[in-house]
Amino acid sequence: MSSARSRVTHKRGPRRAQGLTFVLPYLPLLLLFGLIPMGYALKLAFTNDKGHWVGFRNFTKTFSDYRFKPAFEHILVYTTVWLAGLVIFVVGLALLLHGRASRTSSTFRFLFYLPGALAGASSVLLWLFMLDPAVSPGAFLLHHVLGSDLFVKSIAPGKLPYIFAMIAFWTGAGGWIVVMYGAMNTIPAELEEAARIDGAGALTIALRLKLPLIRKWIAYMLILSFATGTQLFVEPQLVNEASLGMVPDTWSSNQLAYQVAFRYGDFNGAAAISVDLLVIGLAAAVLVVTRSGLFRKDE
Amino acid sequence: MKIVVARGVRLLVLVAFALFFFAPIVWLLLAPTKSDQALVTHSPFSFGSFHNLARAWDNLDSFSSHIFRKWIENSLIYATAATAIVLVTAIPAGYGLAIGKFPGRRLLLTLTLIVMVMPAAALVLPIFLELNALHLLGGMMSVILPFSFYPFGVYVAYIYYSTALPTELLEAARLDGCGEWATFRHIAVPLAKPVIALVMFFSFVADWTNFFLPYAVLGDSKQYPIQVGLSDLLSSTPSFNPAVGGGGQSVNIFRPELALAAVIAVIPIALLFMVSQRALVRGLVGGAVKA
Repeated sequence: MSSARSRVTHKRGPRRAQGLTFVLPYLPLLLLFGLIPMGYALKLAFTNDKGHWVGFRNFTKTFSDYRFKPAFEHILVYTTVWLAGLVIFVVGLALLLHGRASRTSSTFRFLFYLPGALAGASSVLLWLFMLDPAVSPGAFLLHHVLGSDLFVKSIAPGKLPYIFAMIAFWTGAGGWIVVMYGAMNTIPAELEEAARIDGAGALTIALRLKLPLIRKWIAYMLILSFATGTQLFVEPQLVNEASLGMVPDTWSSNQLAYQVAFRYGDFNGAAAISVDLLVIGLAAAVLVVTRSGLFRKDE
Repeated sequence: MKIVVARGVRLLVLVAFALFFFAPIVWLLLAPTKSDQALVTHSPFSFGSFHNLARAWDNLDSFSSHIFRKWIENSLIYATAATAIVLVTAIPAGYGLAIGKFPGRRLLLTLTLIVMVMPAAALVLPIFLELNALHLLGGMMSVILPFSFYPFGVYVAYIYYSTALPTELLEAARLDGCGEWATFRHIAVPLAKPVIALVMFFSFVADWTNFFLPYAVLGDSKQYPIQVGLSDLLSSTPSFNPAVGGGGQSVNIFRPELALAAVIAVIPIALLFMVSQRALVRGLVGGAVKA
């Protein structure tokens, strides 16, 4: 009897350690490509190329770079336009789709989601074609809405934040529509039924019942998209390559950080800019993880 | 009457957006079947000929001595290798975090969550700076290893094991004399097949479409994945870069070739989308809302 009991207590010890064993292979990856790069960038940002502490000098130096302010302004305008588009159209379309016959609704959701497959350089390439009035199926739209009859006019600097916002919306909105739709599916059917019996129309139900119940998900989408938006890189980079240098290769902040590192070999300055961006991303992430209650952290 | 009008408007809006999302894709699929000239003169949604398609492929394939094939091959290697590492590290990690009770578990979980929610691009330059300091830039591993860190996979596995895995099943396995490893191998892994498929899908797509990281860490164009290769190709197209020597004749890369390159670059992902559409739309929602 006593030997059996001792075996049980004996077993419990290693079992606790075992939980850790399963995590061990993942730990080096988390350290090497998550935590250490952040720490290292932070260290570089506060030191010079000889490794001496220089306080905020790298930050003030990059801040006074003539390209720093425009780059942050660009991503600010871009992010604002994109977020506005996401809120209005993602939520609007999800509401329109919810409550339709399920087959029509799933076909539309799939169509909206499909451009997600073209994320990366392919979608940018495709949109370069769409913006070229010579070949674009939407040439009349380009002409009448953007007032452009030549490709270079479509990517005129003033229009770029809107164009990048549209590309980002085109590739990413479908995924969010699926998420919003899913969130609406968790609304109990009785609640909707009760509202309908009380005489509420489809519009009232959408705005007064569904919208408030998915508010948390809308906030989540906005914070995440804001953080992602500030990191813009591939779109302006490709447009720069297709514009004969008319669009600078330091259009976005991430591009500027990249150029500071690659063209000038100033790793400390580049680290300072990427710490600026990291702080934005980190703040948004911490906000979502700790405040939204969307993520389960413990039983 | 009012209902009919409302329904009509609703349908109209949905169709308009469906066009916005879908028409560019149709255009892209048709573009490589036409000559560069026909792209300008013919109707945007007309079909050219298979002959043109074959010619576009020949031109694309002979660009820079078959480098296009090399780019696709690289992308396949990077995304497959990284996704394999993700599966063998993230799934056990999620399981360990769900069933384990070791010190630091909560901290590990919170850190994983924060890095998962943070935009991946924010880490690219810091990773570049780190690899540079370690003199590890430029090799295949400088792409595969950063890709292998996929906190989303850990979190999804954790959610699954901590909510859907019946503890009685684990207890029963242990009573039957299964060790911890055997329990994981014979009970936990087979049960989580849909979750493993989900992680596999998202990890592969994320790696395949990633532009910034390989762009930053790779120097040799023979090592580029297709995403970075496309940008290389773009700067060789006279339609967007009239400065390219000889109006592109020297490289034979025109708009149809470029469109074909974009289509081929998407095929693996499109296939994955088609295969997993149902499971995906359900899984996305399930995974998201369960939280």
